[in-house]
Amino acid sequence: MKQSKNMLAGRRDSIISYGIVIIAFVAVQLMILTGNISSSLKGQLVPICAYVVMAVSLNLTVGILGELSLGHAGFMSVGAFAGIVATTSLADAIPLAPLRLAVAMVIGAICAAIAGVIVGVPVLRLKGDYLAIVTLAFGEIIKNIVNVLYIGLDENGLHFSLVNQTFQLAEGGEMIINGPMGVSGVEKISSFTSGFVLILITLFVILNLIHSRTGRAIMSVRDNKIAAESIGISATRYKLLAFVISAAFAGMAGTLYAMNFSTVTATKFDFNTSILILVFVVLGGLGNIWGSIIAAALLTILPEVLRAVNDYRMLIYAILLIVMMIFNNSGIKTRLMEKRAARRAAKQASKEGI
Amino acid sequence: MKKVLSLLLAAAMCTSVLAGCGNSAGDTADTSSDNGAESTAAAFKIGGTGPLTGDAAIYGNAVKNGAQIAVDEINAEGGIQIEWNMEDDENDPEKAVSAYNNLKDWGMQLSLGSVTSKPGEATATENYADRIFALTPSASSTAVTEGKDNVFQMCFTDPNQGTASADYIADNQLGTKIAVIYKNDDVYSSGIFEKFQAEADAKGLNIVSVTTFTSSSATDFSVQLSEAKSAGADLVFLPIYYQPASLILQQAKSMDYAPKFFGVDGMDGILTLEGFDTSLAEGVMLLTPFNADATDEKTQSFVTKYKEQFGETPNQFAADAYDCIYAYKAAIEASGATPDMSAEELCDLMIQTFPTLTFDGLTGEGATWDATGAVSKDPKGMVIENGVYVGM
Repeated sequence: MKQSKNMLAGRRDSIISYGIVIIAFVAVQLMILTGNISSSLKGQLVPICAYVVMAVSLNLTVGILGELSLGHAGFMSVGAFAGIVATTSLADAIPLAPLRLAVAMVIGAICAAIAGVIVGVPVLRLKGDYLAIVTLAFGEIIKNIVNVLYIGLDENGLHFSLVNQTFQLAEGGEMIINGPMGVSGVEKISSFTSGFVLILITLFVILNLIHSRTGRAIMSVRDNKIAAESIGISATRYKLLAFVISAAFAGMAGTLYAMNFSTVTATKFDFNTSILILVFVVLGGLGNIWGSIIAAALLTILPEVLRAVNDYRMLIYAILLIVMMIFNNSGIKTRLMEKRAARRAAKQASKEGI
Repeated sequence: MKKVLSLLLAAAMCTSVLAGCGNSAGDTADTSSDNGAESTAAAFKIGGTGPLTGDAAIYGNAVKNGAQIAVDEINAEGGIQIEWNMEDDENDPEKAVSAYNNLKDWGMQLSLGSVTSKPGEATATENYADRIFALTPSASSTAVTEGKDNVFQMCFTDPNQGTASADYIADNQLGTKIAVIYKNDDVYSSGIFEKFQAEADAKGLNIVSVTTFTSSSATDFSVQLSEAKSAGADLVFLPIYYQPASLILQQAKSMDYAPKFFGVDGMDGILTLEGFDTSLAEGVMLLTPFNADATDEKTQSFVTKYKEQFGETPNQFAADAYDCIYAYKAAIEASGATPDMSAEELCDLMIQTFPTLTFDGLTGEGATWDATGAVSKDPKGMVIENGVYVGM
């Protein structure tokens, strides 16, 4: 009985998640078609999609696996730069932009997943604060590595060097990643539709994972590692699995994000971005996927909406964050939730009574 | 108690949000009435993005204020009318594109691009796609103008500065052993250094030590300085902004290391830095297009006005922005553009007009632009003596 109720709740959450995304997509498309959309909102659509994917994937690590990761932007960075190298190299091989973007996303995801394994194997032996600090360091390491990375492309293929540019490009070659100067002149191939599809794929994979046997195993590791191990669940395996999947989607989001701007630098994916995404997850509710979606979208739009109040916008943004945190933790919310639960129970009871 | 407090907070929040809405509603009403007035008074809408908050806020605000002075002067003359709007981009390409889109919603016809290089690249791409002409005061990397026919620069490009510095040092034989300290996570700094090194090699300058720092390690330079010292460098080239440079000067003094210091335009502003002992900067040389102590009438009047309105000495960013607005004025007059033209029409006119202009501004006499958008004007070599710039 309890189990079926849980499953019902799970299905309801999934439906809400898909529903929000699809309704938002249709609404925005309608606005674009009728020309009612401001350029400000239109310009933000792709970053919003990228942040939503980031928040949902981080929710898998923080909410479902229960490990605090402060280096999620590092994976985004890996995905972003891998994606840029891929799209630039494949420009001739795959002329069709959406397909090239998809291939780049897959490459970005693979690279981020590899980074996830490299970080995850040693790091997931730690727990709690230690894990948070190591992931934080990882994000910084990625940032610094990309900062001294030189990648160029010419007719002989790709050239790599670290710290100093040690290769000479043949005639007609171009630098893809130019050390601290980052990437310039990226062809913008991300679109809102591709972002929407990516969100749906992310939701599909992560929601199904959560509601599967594997997902329950991951949650059991979160709730009580010793109990989980005692019934034969390999904690390390499931931890690593969740962590790597989370990293892979962050990589995809990174590719999507990078392909929306003509220029990207490693410093964009710093500690602050990691924290920003963590804020999305915490405000949306740990383990609550549709909460992450809404929080990511709202908190990305908010600073732009607040431009009208100029100098006070940062202040108001910060106050809003604090108020939301207080609300999330307050008696008002608990009471609201209780009321909702009571109403539901009453409805259920009346139904069963009939 | 807690409940009361949270309720109070929520209530306060609600009112402030409502106040915010009220404000924005008021703003839109204002601008719309402005719009109405404009079609008769006819003003060009010029917009720009720059960091008004965050680490680089000093540059964004300088541009905002410098341009404001030029706009006020031009509007007071009664001829061409200009509306000037600057949006905050926090020195982040993503935010810069958002800010740019906001300006587009506002009805921007001509753009001042972005203040800093990376956001500048991002918005320049948008400028190119939307056919809105941009003249950036200070986004100096070449990638800003590369491949975009409608993006022009008011400042030197980074490579120009690197090459010019190396030439200057070689031609005037300022040093035999040269050390360089640059910021390797910064486009501006590493861009200048790259060209400096290439030109130094070509000119046979002897670079004995190259050390770097990043924004997170920009507080302690003892390692870099002792390396330069032990390599016996008699000239230290600092292609960096003035805040870290001020620390370098301080720390060099405390370790009794007194080489010649040579900076670029980012060094400008060091004398007005709060709490900085100007005697430390004695003998520092720099290449800069603008000198707030210059005695010509134009600079004097600009500096006085700036001090009056904003209470500080303008740096070269403010001067570049001031020049940008006047360059627009010159181009508008030369091409006969009118405010009722669309951004696209203005863009075509400006592309034709700018390469034909010869512009005298605060940051250089007789500046000209080539079709790629790069400006050519002479950097001035300055040396700091008794706390003021003296031409070399």
